[in-house]
Amino acid sequence: MGYPSAMMLRTDNLTLARGGVPVLTGLSLALAPGQALILRGPNGAGKTTLLRSIAGLQPPLAGRIEGAQDRIAYAAHADGLKAMLSVTENLTFWARVFGHTDITPALDAFDLHGLADRLAGTLSAGQKRRLGLARLLVTGRPVWVLDEPTVSLDTGAVALFAEALRAHLRQGGSALIATHIDLRIEAQVLDITPFRATSATRAGASDEAFL
Amino acid sequence: MRALLIRDLTLALRAGGGFGLGLAFFLIVTVLVPFSVGPQAELLQVIAPGVLWLGALLACLLSLDRLLALDFEDGTLDLLVTAPLPLEAALSVKALAHWLTTGLPLVLAAPVLGVLLNLAPPGYLWLVASLALGTPALSVIGCFGAALTVAIKRGGLLLSLLVLPLYVPTLIFGAEVARRGAGGQEVTTPLLMLAGITCAVIALMPFASAAVLRMGLR
Repeated sequence: MGYPSAMMLRTDNLTLARGGVPVLTGLSLALAPGQALILRGPNGAGKTTLLRSIAGLQPPLAGRIEGAQDRIAYAAHADGLKAMLSVTENLTFWARVFGHTDITPALDAFDLHGLADRLAGTLSAGQKRRLGLARLLVTGRPVWVLDEPTVSLDTGAVALFAEALRAHLRQGGSALIATHIDLRIEAQVLDITPFRATSATRAGASDEAFL
Repeated sequence: MRALLIRDLTLALRAGGGFGLGLAFFLIVTVLVPFSVGPQAELLQVIAPGVLWLGALLACLLSLDRLLALDFEDGTLDLLVTAPLPLEAALSVKALAHWLTTGLPLVLAAPVLGVLLNLAPPGYLWLVASLALGTPALSVIGCFGAALTVAIKRGGLLLSLLVLPLYVPTLIFGAEVARRGAGGQEVTTPLLMLAGITCAVIALMPFASAAVLRMGLR
């Protein structure tokens, strides 16, 4: 199975704000099918803001994002799991929202078969995270946008994740990942610290709708 | 869309889902009113349509802050925005699920509780009809209020204050249908107004809800 369209994800001269304050400016990046790009930068550098913008959750102050519309599978700190639904029900729901029905490959990839009938509320933090990452597989989306995907995973689960990521890249998918650990995959690394917005860009920029 | 509806209904029916909260509140209000008003059957008969409508409206309001807040807290809303389903449709489905779990039980319980308030016999049909027509508007307007306040911590009070004025037209015409129906008068005009309000908010409100939700999620 491969992904049909071979579009690049591209951002052009982005300026992004968080809470009305610009945090990143002049950021351009390109991500081809089959590639992974690791974002680095200290806390507060704007990694999450960049990922949220690319996922379409907040508009950029300036610049353009191309090739992201309807191709993104986004995973952040919150996994969007319902405590009172079982693992299977949670995954099936997301699969159906994205127009798919088969969740077996996702259960396989993250070793969730033994937990399939457990309520998500009774899982450990690492197990929840695995379920949250398994959600990426059922979306069938070619571009994964991941914010610290390995938080609370043990080394075995990190290896499972890296393997799933490699398979995704082999099929022509791509991934944009903010992480601090070494996933042992071939990936470019982009340090976003140099794009930090200065006080000059901050003057006069506001995304407040009613001000 | 079906998946979202089924999930919301399942969640409402499971433990801690809040199904029955509105119904229980409605029950409590209408059972207590005769005690507080006193044993005057004629007086109860006069106020019955208004009390039943007010009880239903407040019961609806009670469960609104759960409508989107839970999905916001666990990140589901962020993920739904990036899903292929249009946000307008997702919010309409959530409003529908809210109506099925809150509004519909109220509609079905109203005639039973009408007995407690000595509702005049011709009024039962029109009470049920007005609630069936009016409560969907309450859910859809409430969904707008929930979308507007979802990003605010403890936005429940603000939600009530914002939503209540929008509920007033539905309350006025809904209670008027029930009152006139109970009195055996002509109900066409308020009934048409009520239906018109409901149709308009179902058609227009989801766009407003989706717009304010996108702003709130930034």
